[in-house]
Amino acid sequence: MGQISLSSVTKTFGDVTVIPPLDLQINDGEFVVFVGPSGCGKSTLLRLIAGLEDISSGQIMIDGKDATDAAPAERRLAMVFQSYALYPHMSVRKNIAFPLKMAKIPQAEQDKKVENAARILNLTNYLDRRPGQLSGGQRQRVAIGRAIVREPAAFLFDEPLSNLDASLRVTMRQEISELHQSLKTTMIYVTHDQVEAMTMADKIVVLNAGNIEQVGSPLELYHHPRNLFVAGFIGSPKMNFVTGAEAARHGCATLGVRPEHLEVTADGPWQGVIGLAEHLGSDTFLKVQVEGVGDLTVRVAGEQGLHHGQTIRLTPPADKLYRFDKGGLAIGGAA
Amino acid sequence: MATEQSRTAARLMVSPAVILLFLWMIVPLGMTIYFSFLRYNLLMPGMESWAGFDNYYYFLAQPAFTSALINTLLLVGGVLLITVVGGIALALLLDQPFKGQGVVRVMVIAPFFVMPTVSALVWKNMFMNPVNGIFAHIAKAIGVQPFDFLSHAPLASIILIVAWSWLPFATLILLTALQSLDREQMEAAEMDGANWINRFVYLVLPHLTRSITVVVLIQTIFLLSVFAEILVTTNGGPGTASTNLPYLVYAQSLLNFDVGGGSAGGIIAVILANIVAFFLMRMIGKNLET
Repeated sequence: MGQISLSSVTKTFGDVTVIPPLDLQINDGEFVVFVGPSGCGKSTLLRLIAGLEDISSGQIMIDGKDATDAAPAERRLAMVFQSYALYPHMSVRKNIAFPLKMAKIPQAEQDKKVENAARILNLTNYLDRRPGQLSGGQRQRVAIGRAIVREPAAFLFDEPLSNLDASLRVTMRQEISELHQSLKTTMIYVTHDQVEAMTMADKIVVLNAGNIEQVGSPLELYHHPRNLFVAGFIGSPKMNFVTGAEAARHGCATLGVRPEHLEVTADGPWQGVIGLAEHLGSDTFLKVQVEGVGDLTVRVAGEQGLHHGQTIRLTPPADKLYRFDKGGLAIGGAA
Repeated sequence: MATEQSRTAARLMVSPAVILLFLWMIVPLGMTIYFSFLRYNLLMPGMESWAGFDNYYYFLAQPAFTSALINTLLLVGGVLLITVVGGIALALLLDQPFKGQGVVRVMVIAPFFVMPTVSALVWKNMFMNPVNGIFAHIAKAIGVQPFDFLSHAPLASIILIVAWSWLPFATLILLTALQSLDREQMEAAEMDGANWINRFVYLVLPHLTRSITVVVLIQTIFLLSVFAEILVTTNGGPGTASTNLPYLVYAQSLLNFDVGGGSAGGIIAVILANIVAFFLMRMIGKNLET
């Protein structure tokens, strides 16, 4: 079980409101990702759920029980910290066994659980090392191991991959996803990286300044962003926003076009000059200055021999335009 | 670039300083060793003669030596115990957020700036005096016979005085160590179900071992040579109840005017200090490795 529901939860530090009243339902077994720019309150929200910060008002229910004032240990949640927070004086084995030792579980059972977790995480050969002798990815796995052995109601991850290098991040991302598939435990994952959010989540919660902007599955957010903020945050490279006369022509205040949806055609209505071409091999990202429209990012599949200074014509996809009103809200969903 | 020439030049450049420091150490040491083999009494100037190991024999054979040795060890051990335990407790308290933290921290450090003679006099006359001391007043107020600390428990009183002046040092070092403890580790332990006692035993104490080692090593060096506090309060008495090795050396050379015997005592003290240092490093020195 791992059902968590927050109802009108708020958090203020002195005069500063970090989380205005917020409601959120997290179902058992879900992989929920909190995503948002730095300082949007996503880590604070996680710490509120963990019990490391007291909420200012509202209620937190875990598995149907009121956990608003419960101590962190009583909530049966396990947390993986950004800095891993391993205990530096203990071996990997003792680190992983620590929560079991605190729960006064018999030694034999402790050993069994530690061995088991180590096997799942490929740490068997490192059990007698100290955290200081491990690489970043291994430390991360030890932190996850320490969380697994407790068999918690839910796992909380606080930007766990941000200290790893790019290739390791991709590997660990997959490992955590696989772990979720096999354990089927609720996981709440905080990140500022929308790629992590898109690839791992069952449900994404987009946060901005403590407010929930939108909750939904990754593709739902991609296809039907509720407002400008979500549209700009989800998707890489960022969605192009066009304002002014061109937007008005489509009957909106802001017109959104994803870079991957723009097509380079011989007779497109938008003509522009390529300012910069980033050749990635698989794709080419073009920065195009279009007269009367503004700067657009265009994603072209493969290599098409386009380069700086070239004049090209672009066709906006009629069925994949996002329209937003003056307040930034989407008009009638994507057309 | 560390070429052969530049290294030679560097050695030449530092040599005056090194030689000066070496002479500064070796000349007094050499003279002390020389005096320790002489029959050298200040009451009979110009009558010095070779004594061989007699001075060492008489210094070691006197009954005061054994009691001075025990007193020295008790003094060092007692003060270390009080300052380390008290220092950890105070550091834990001062690490809590409270109003006026900065002022309180400065005030806690204050005793360290009081020179030993002054603090000993303050303790002797204002606290421990059986007639006028605060402790005597308190005892009288609750109807108890005042206790004459310095004559009935001289060594314990001196341990208290010395511990009082070294407690701030231990507190300061341990407080800085506490402040470098990773918050997330503590939070992780909290989520793992560790109560504050477990957090202290499994996280805080291991984190503090290195600082505790530093406190013990540095304090031992200074505590082996405690002198002013004894001279001002008890003069080593009653009898030899509060005489430690440095005080015994002083008594030998300047109260008995026996410079030869005092020098021999000084050399013995140096050897004993080195033995203590050796065992100390063996026991806790490994805490200082990475």
